[in-house]
Amino acid sequence: MNRIDKLFQSKKQNILSIYFTAGFPSLIDTFRTIQELDKAGVDMIEIGMPFSDPVADGQVIQRSSEKALSNGMTIKLLFKQLAWVRETTDLPLILMGYINPVFKFGMKNFLHKCQKTGIDGIIIPDLPVEEYRVSYEALFEKYNIFNIFLISPQTPEERITYLDSVSKGFLYMVSIAATTGTINNFDESQITYFKKVNDLKLKTPRLIGFGISNNETFIQACNFANGAIIGSSFIRALNGNGTLPENIHGFIRKIRG
Amino acid sequence: MNETFTADKNGYYGEFGGAFVPEMLRQNVELLRVVYHQIIESAEFQKEFTGLLRNYAGRPSPLSFANRLSDKYGAKIYLKREDLNHTGSHKINNTIGQIILARNMGKTRIIAETGAGQHGVATATVCALMGLECVVYMGETDMVRQEPNVKRMEMLGARVVPVTSGNKTLKDATNEALRDWICNPVNTFYIIGSVVGPHPYPDLVARFQSVISEELLSQLREAEGTEDPGYILACVGGGSNAAGIFYHYINRKNVRLIGVEAAGEGVNTGLTAATIAVGETGIIHGSKTLVMQNEDGQITEPYSISAGLDYPGVGPIHAWLARTGRADYLNVTDKEALAAAYELTRLEGIIPALESAHALAALGKLKVNKTDIIVVNVSGRGDKDMQAYFEAKT
Repeated sequence: MNRIDKLFQSKKQNILSIYFTAGFPSLIDTFRTIQELDKAGVDMIEIGMPFSDPVADGQVIQRSSEKALSNGMTIKLLFKQLAWVRETTDLPLILMGYINPVFKFGMKNFLHKCQKTGIDGIIIPDLPVEEYRVSYEALFEKYNIFNIFLISPQTPEERITYLDSVSKGFLYMVSIAATTGTINNFDESQITYFKKVNDLKLKTPRLIGFGISNNETFIQACNFANGAIIGSSFIRALNGNGTLPENIHGFIRKIRG
Repeated sequence: MNETFTADKNGYYGEFGGAFVPEMLRQNVELLRVVYHQIIESAEFQKEFTGLLRNYAGRPSPLSFANRLSDKYGAKIYLKREDLNHTGSHKINNTIGQIILARNMGKTRIIAETGAGQHGVATATVCALMGLECVVYMGETDMVRQEPNVKRMEMLGARVVPVTSGNKTLKDATNEALRDWICNPVNTFYIIGSVVGPHPYPDLVARFQSVISEELLSQLREAEGTEDPGYILACVGGGSNAAGIFYHYINRKNVRLIGVEAAGEGVNTGLTAATIAVGETGIIHGSKTLVMQNEDGQITEPYSISAGLDYPGVGPIHAWLARTGRADYLNVTDKEALAAAYELTRLEGIIPALESAHALAALGKLKVNKTDIIVVNVSGRGDKDMQAYFEAKT
């Protein structure tokens, strides 16, 4: 069974998924960050594949991507860094990035490498479900890799229902019309949107992302979904004054409260 | 091979095109597609569009016979004078079309990206005309090299936002405009300046620019007794002026269509913006097309002296015209373009934009006869490029 499904079967609430950019702050930090996140008790890890032109990302992830690329990060290198990752963690692992580098690598080759490495899912925000179904769905199924879809406050209800029907693993629920890392808390309209989606009684579990930066917003998100995803705030924490493990453990403690 | 050169229902030209946008933009792009298809053919829209083109932008743009240039190259050379449009380039054709769409959709805020500033000025202009808020994203590098256009946009009431990521040029400005649109999906309309971006943009921009080839048919019939020239030359960055002047000729196979890319220092120097020459299939700004990229699929930074051609992608229609061989794509260096700008100025008394100078420079690369009719699209005027022209002279 795919580790993502296993997670959502065994845990229904307060799931914490952390995003970080591979090869950041240093090229060699990818593996260590995963190890420390595992020790700190997160439930799932999203490993960001840096891209030169990340249009859905705000400043923080733009900067971390730039740094990672200048450090020499590539998809090829990432698979090398992750070659032994399954010796250290049983957590579900997801690769997240933009379509062009994956397209250049070759989708089949990419998914084959994912399977060999022990990657469970992929999030590619600029690969729409229509393109996915026509060109790639069969490949994802062959390699048993989940393609995770996003929904946003702009997504119409019938499209949410459709995405739910073709989803595996979980739905990534973007909390606001914004790029990543632009807000730090939720307002009334977001809570209304969370409630609206909650009332749709979807079959697929949901994680809320964008705007979760502390214990309060984490708890709020967990009230309306199975858990939450944190990216930009975690990247900011990695830039903190402590050692890598100190920064990571300190941040996760703060979030879990 | 499928040789249809209009976008199919999913926005594909053969294998190129589509709408690779994140879910946050999906609804915006979808609504635009629906509204565009609803109103583009309507009499009301066409009346307002053509009315503004004629009475506001000053169309039709003349077709000038270039006497001395023709002598020099030994062919009959005509110039399609998009430089004489209001705001100084072909860009106004598209912004007039899109602003009518925006108003029909009830949008109150307009955003745009710009490289040379011509699209930014054309957008700021129609926003002033319609009384709509206007924000233009422009790379810092381009703000320096096209400073007169920054001033014009500001005088027109637009806010010009400097973009500091990447090479600080057109690609980066487009990224920033897309981010703005993600953050302001409800009240904002994104006026894209070229035949790039997610479906339906490449299709609708080409449609609005097709007024160029539509006029050319009748103008050439009047001048030469034939609608079909031997050659049509146009510069290609994203490719909107080229798409516009190719449009009605795409299925007239006896007309040779020639796009001219910016080679920068030269296509093999690494300092180039000739995407069709050096790019590979990829996805940029929501469209599958030819893209300048490295072996890891990272977009590489383009280079050209011309801010309007300094882009690492190209419209999917051009990727398909190139792939099928229906159009040929040449490229021209900075130096060749500068020389061509001086040549046109001295022979015909027309100072072209640096972008258009690339198309003119390709004249020397054709093998032609005296009776051949060549039409060059002079997509814009050179006022904004005086600094580059002065520097080149010294």
